[in-house]
Amino acid sequence: MVGPDQARVRAVLKEIGLLQVSIDALADDADLYAAGLTSHATVNLMLALEEAFDIEFPDRLLRRRTFSSVNAIAESLTEIGPRKEAA
Amino acid sequence: MISRLAAARAVGVEIAARHAGDVDERARFPKEAFAALKRHKLLGIMIPKSEGGAGAGIAEVVSICHALGRSCASTAMIYAMHQIQVACIVRHSGKNAWQRAFMKRLAKEQLLLASATSESGIGGDVRSSVCAIEERSGRFALTKEASVISYGADCDGILVTARRTPQSPASDQIIVVVPKAGCKLVQRQGWDALGMRGTCSNGYTLEAKGEMAQVLPVPYADVSAQTMLPVSHLVWSALWLGIATDAAARARAFVRSEAKRKPGTTPVGGWRLAEASSLLQLMRSNVVTALRQYEAAMDSEDKLSALPFVVAMNNLKTGSSQMVVQVISQALQICGLAGYRNDSSFSVGRHLRDAHSAALMVNNDRILANTANMLLALREDPELLA
Repeated sequence: MVGPDQARVRAVLKEIGLLQVSIDALADDADLYAAGLTSHATVNLMLALEEAFDIEFPDRLLRRRTFSSVNAIAESLTEIGPRKEAA
Repeated sequence: MISRLAAARAVGVEIAARHAGDVDERARFPKEAFAALKRHKLLGIMIPKSEGGAGAGIAEVVSICHALGRSCASTAMIYAMHQIQVACIVRHSGKNAWQRAFMKRLAKEQLLLASATSESGIGGDVRSSVCAIEERSGRFALTKEASVISYGADCDGILVTARRTPQSPASDQIIVVVPKAGCKLVQRQGWDALGMRGTCSNGYTLEAKGEMAQVLPVPYADVSAQTMLPVSHLVWSALWLGIATDAAARARAFVRSEAKRKPGTTPVGGWRLAEASSLLQLMRSNVVTALRQYEAAMDSEDKLSALPFVVAMNNLKTGSSQMVVQVISQALQICGLAGYRNDSSFSVGRHLRDAHSAALMVNNDRILANTANMLLALREDPELLA
């Protein structure tokens, strides 16, 4: 199932261009590391996602698996949930 | 455990230390020490008991590296690098029958493993490869311009990184176990270096052929993150601590001999020795704390790939590699010309030369850049006793 998050995650990946192949050529469950995503670039991806979704990744999600595919990223975004605005 | 550590300590004191000067001077492999380590079956201790090893844990290996580091840094470094390779195979070979058989052989024949991660053209970034595995009907061929294979001439097998396929991006790597019989090494560069001269870290063109089953069944990214990096930083830091400990022991002996000459007064080097002992304590604490962190994380891939853990292991390496030079420099200042001379019992020249490799073998600047990148993501600080 392609949720709205998957599409937005793809947009972020396309914009920052950290892969060696086009994201359009990859399935939602394709391994992004096999497509050229490096550990170093993962942090840039995280920062771009935080900016685009206005969220913060907690330390417990800062691991390789979180960013391993479009689906994995979308799942973690769901887990984090929308940012609570300060009262 | 005590008997194996005691055996390693004896090999260090009685054999490695005796030949350390000659190993350094002639930049030769410490063959006497390794013959003894093999005799005591200390090369295969991490192989599981089911495969004929001793099933020893990382703590024991770290202790042995520390013990050897006090006698001959090159011996300790070769032992450490070997155990890093063993740790990768033990943790990541899964049920692969070829790997299981190789582990049995390693334990039985006490094979010495080397590593070929460095490569011409990658600019020092071992997480990228130029060379690639070429697969054809279950077999592979591989040619690598390996800019460094430490003790390549004296090892029995090599773990080699390469791209997964000729089409793969540079970062999509595998690691393959190549027994010496399955490869051809042509030396391209020698090793006439400032220190760690006994590691014989020559450059080679490596040509290997074999079965695809020799490739570890998980991506090198995982092998590197979960095992190679944390284990490297632990065993290296332990042996650097060993080098620093021996230099500090020489400085302590020097101060004591001064004190005997003028009883009732603290020798001029006494205060500096106190400073050095404080630094040494810091180094020890770093190694032991990181060891406990690794042991606590070992059971979980998530814990091993968590950023706070990776940052801690990076900090262990960059911190230890700087402190080892500081402690030895203090020891040199304390011993004065007696420390500067190569022919005195207070000499720390070899220690200092060996220790300067620490910040360079995986360049600290590269590791700091990696840590800086991760710190962009980290925002929580752990509790004191977490």
